[in-house]
Amino acid sequence: MRATLAQASLIRHRARTILAVLGVAVAAAMLLDMVMLATGMRESFRELLLVRGFDIRLAPKGTLPFDTDATIPHVSAITAVLRGNPDVRDISAVLGGSLHIEADGRDVSAAVLGIDPKVQGDYELVAGRDVASADAIVVNEYLLRELGAKLGDTLTVATGFDAQTRTYAGQKKLVLTGIARFIYGAAEQSSAAVRRETLEAMEGQKRRDRASLFMVKVRQGANPDSVRKWIEGHIPNVTAISIATAIAQVDQRLSYFRQLAFILGAVSLFVGFLLVTTLVTVSVNERAGEIAVMRAIGVSRLHVVEQVIIEGIAISLAGALFGLGLGLITARYLNSILSEFPGLPMAIDFFLFQPRAAWSALGLLVASGIGAGIYPAWRAASLPIAESLRREAIA
Amino acid sequence: MTAPSGASVGAVRDVPTARASIVSLSDVHRDYPIGAELVHALRGVSLEVERGDYVSIVGPSGCGKSTLLNLVGVIDQPTSGTVAIAGKRVDAMTDREATSFRLHNIGFVFQRFYLMPTLSALENVELPMAEAKVSARERNARAAKLLEYVGLGARQHHRPSELSGGEQQRVAIARALANRPALMLADEPTGERDAKTGAEIIALFRQLNADGTTMIVVTHDEDLANAARRKIHMRDGRIVQE
Repeated sequence: MRATLAQASLIRHRARTILAVLGVAVAAAMLLDMVMLATGMRESFRELLLVRGFDIRLAPKGTLPFDTDATIPHVSAITAVLRGNPDVRDISAVLGGSLHIEADGRDVSAAVLGIDPKVQGDYELVAGRDVASADAIVVNEYLLRELGAKLGDTLTVATGFDAQTRTYAGQKKLVLTGIARFIYGAAEQSSAAVRRETLEAMEGQKRRDRASLFMVKVRQGANPDSVRKWIEGHIPNVTAISIATAIAQVDQRLSYFRQLAFILGAVSLFVGFLLVTTLVTVSVNERAGEIAVMRAIGVSRLHVVEQVIIEGIAISLAGALFGLGLGLITARYLNSILSEFPGLPMAIDFFLFQPRAAWSALGLLVASGIGAGIYPAWRAASLPIAESLRREAIA
Repeated sequence: MTAPSGASVGAVRDVPTARASIVSLSDVHRDYPIGAELVHALRGVSLEVERGDYVSIVGPSGCGKSTLLNLVGVIDQPTSGTVAIAGKRVDAMTDREATSFRLHNIGFVFQRFYLMPTLSALENVELPMAEAKVSARERNARAAKLLEYVGLGARQHHRPSELSGGEQQRVAIARALANRPALMLADEPTGERDAKTGAEIIALFRQLNADGTTMIVVTHDEDLANAARRKIHMRDGRIVQE
């Protein structure tokens, strides 16, 4: 019966209830977006790092992967050292550089990765074949469009451009064998991959046996952090970064972002709380006489409290459900804008929907709905019956 | 008007076999602090009402009629003196005890009906029964009989806005009878009603009393006051004439 009475009270002022639900929905959408934003980038980054199963990255000492042009020398020796650890399963040495490709008299530049196709973790082939031979190249869709090329075409490719002499360190004709999606590539970034030995040969002596990055997979059951420490102990000229340390670094860099999201989320929650409190308090004040009569005919204080709190929860819950949809739509829209941010991998999501986050937001809103009902419920329950009836009679 | 069967309406079941006091007030005072001033709403009122009686309380505004009714209805407590209803002291009950007592022993009818506008007449009558944890089936059947008793058998599913003022007051009366109260209290039940509606309510109250319900009515309405068997006059917080 309490629920019926609460429903009756909300239906009585339909327009006001609908407006309140919409107000809560906007606050809920904002809260959900902020919760998604606070955890989304971190989770998205973690998923991105784990997507190909590599647990540890080795970058030149004091740098982050591809943060600078610095490289790690003695790839063969480092690989041999790494192989000495029984917990290391796969090693992928990656050499980064830039390519210049001739296309109808134009010079199209692109980022290039020199990899070992058997263990690479940088791209997923979407069409054609991988770089099985030294004269093969795979490119992303964006570069393919820039070049106006198609699979099977032979491309004239140069690397190591010297701006002073206006010459290239090396040139080679490569066959376009595949189209790939580069996992860590930014939007509208031209990317390509060749075998590492191909890139080394083109770049010349100064980049021979060098790598910009090592990616290491550890054996199942092994502790990546123990392996990371072992690597730093045995290979002093690298910085070893496990997923956990990378996440910690990302966390550190995103701390302002998260604080902002937290504050905005808290403000949204508070606005929703105030909205529901105000509405239910107004409703209780309007019904003072009615509540006094209910108390007079024997309705207990507890049941009056329950009825008022149900009203608060009903508004919050309806608003939260609308807000969930609204939040997802706005998050998708905002994500599409932010994913165009230069230099960020396309696969990074700013707003990542996680059921746990949605439940958390929903739970917070319902809790705030209960909280919002407490003050008006207390007012309703503590109305002096005789005095309220007397006031009503005078009114 | 059709009288309900004895088993269906508590007021009928409560018909006493021997005359006994149902309301007993002894030297009751009620003071209200209003600002720095103390208002003496009741000044030593003593009153006995027997089971099956029909009492009207009249007097000028501010004479303490409604305060007296509130004390008898256990929605207020005296500053001093004792109030007993159906043999039970009610002047120092806790809120929980008073609420439960009202639910099972007292029916209220007010000038404004305070029916839930989004509930049907039947659902409004069911409300106190739901509070008393009467099963859905039983309360539905009992509410239907009560509405028939007050002459609204055909309008059970109408909402208050679809009923006239007199009909709404009848629904409020049926609601007051829902938990078969020993005592029914009415505060200006014909106030602001037209003469025809007032006459209907007076007739219904007579019928209720004839069927055994003990009634106490506070009113300015001479016709309603004269319909009662006892007429009590109040002035300045005292009973001045009966």
